[in-house]
Amino acid sequence: MLRSFLPAIALLVCLPLSAFAHKVWLLPSQTVLSGAEPLVTVDAAVSNDLFYFNHFPLRLDNLVVTAPDGSTVEAENQATLRYRSVFDVPLKKEGTYRIAVNNHGLFGSWEEDGKRRRWRGTPESFAKEVPADAKNLQVSESIGRVETFVTNGAPTENVFKPTGKGIELVPVTHPNDLYAGEKGTFRFLVDGKPMAGLTVEVIRGGTRYRDTQDDVQVTTNEKGEFTVEWKEPGMYWLETSAQDSNTQISQAQNRRLSYAATVEVLPQ
Amino acid sequence: MLNKLTLLLVTIAVSFPAVTSLHAAEVEVSVEIPRLNVSEYHRPYVAVWIQDENRKVAANLAVWYQLDDKGSEVGTKWLPDLRQWWRRTGRSLEMPVDGISGATRPAGTHELEFSSSDKKLAGLKPGQYTLVVEAAREVGGRELLEIPFAWPVEKPFKDEVRGKEELGSVRLTVTP
Repeated sequence: MLRSFLPAIALLVCLPLSAFAHKVWLLPSQTVLSGAEPLVTVDAAVSNDLFYFNHFPLRLDNLVVTAPDGSTVEAENQATLRYRSVFDVPLKKEGTYRIAVNNHGLFGSWEEDGKRRRWRGTPESFAKEVPADAKNLQVSESIGRVETFVTNGAPTENVFKPTGKGIELVPVTHPNDLYAGEKGTFRFLVDGKPMAGLTVEVIRGGTRYRDTQDDVQVTTNEKGEFTVEWKEPGMYWLETSAQDSNTQISQAQNRRLSYAATVEVLPQ
Repeated sequence: MLNKLTLLLVTIAVSFPAVTSLHAAEVEVSVEIPRLNVSEYHRPYVAVWIQDENRKVAANLAVWYQLDDKGSEVGTKWLPDLRQWWRRTGRSLEMPVDGISGATRPAGTHELEFSSSDKKLAGLKPGQYTLVVEAAREVGGRELLEIPFAWPVEKPFKDEVRGKEELGSVRLTVTP
C-alpha cells in the first residue's frame, strides 16, 4: 500500500495538475511594497483549501525568481516543511518581481517482466533512463507554472515577457494593481500564442470561513483574454489547464499544461 | 505647552517653505487628527492631494510619515498603507519629495496654505477636482475623505467633511 502511495505523493508534489483537484499555490506575505529593501516571505503548498497549508508542501526545486530587470534572484532561507515550503525574497530593485515554480516533466510507464514500471524525468533524461525497446510505453509530458507577483514601488511589465513554453499569463491589468470593485483583464498564451477557450477558475482565499468555494469560471476570448470582477478584497487564486499533443519528444502521446497564480486584490 | 507650539510652528515652517505671507492664500486645507484614547497610539500617516475627474493626481500637497529614521528608511516601508495615495502617486515618487514630505503630526488641527502661484497648484487647469485626505495609523485604521470643488473659483468656496475614526474635520477653503 505504502509503495503505491509514495509515487502518488511524489507526483502530486511535483506536478501541479488540476486533474488532482488539489490546488497548488504560492502565497506572498504582501504584494505591494515600499522602502529601502523590502522583503517578502512566501509560503508554497498544495492543498484543497485556500490558502491553508494542511496537506503537502510545494517543492522548490524549480523555483525561479525574476527581478524587474530580468535577472534571476536567489530566494533566501528556502525550506521544505511537512505541509509547506517557505522562502524569502529581498526586493533590491524597484519594479515587479515574478516568483514562479516552473515544472517541465515527463511521466512514463511500460511493462517489464510482466510488471508495470513507472518513470518520471525530463526530456533530457528520457533517452538515458527509459529502455529503447520498452514494451507498451506510455509517455505524457507536463508543463506546469505556479506563480505570484510582487512589486516594490511602481509596477513594471518586464517580467511578463513570454518564454513561449506552456501556458503563460500576460497582463492587460497589472496583477499588482487590482482593487475591489474594479475589473482585471489578463491574457493567456499557449506556446507564446493567445489561447481562446481556456476555462479559468478564480477563487478568493479564506475558504475555511465560508460554506461554498464561491469560485468563478470564465473563458478566454479569441484574443486569449479573460476578465474578472473583483467583488471583494483578498488573495485570489486563478487556475487554468489544457491538453494537447504538441509534445517536445516524439515518444510522448500527449501534453498536459497547467497554470496557477496568486494575486492580491486590495480594498479601495 | 509653549515648547510644543513652537515645535509645531517650526515643523509647519520647515514643511512648507514655499508659503510666504506675500501671496494671498488661495487654497487652504485644514486637517484635524483626532485625539484617540487607545492603549498603543502612533501618529497617523497622512496624505493630502488633489485629483481630477479620472482620479489622476493633479497636485500632491502633503504626505506625513515617519521621517526620523533616515538610515533604515523604516518610515517609507509603510507608505503603501496610504492605499489610494500609494496607488495614485506615491509608488512612482522618489521619497522624500521636497515641499511635500513631512514628519507625522500630533493630534490637533493642522492648516495648510497654498497660493495659486505655488508650483504644486500652477499646473491646475480649470475644471472639476477633488481634494482627498487619507490617513492610516499603525495598529489603527485607515480613512479617506473627499471634498469635490471647481477650479478656479469666482467667489469663495468652503466645504467641510468629518471623518469617523482616523480623521476629524477636514476643511477646504478656496478663495479667488
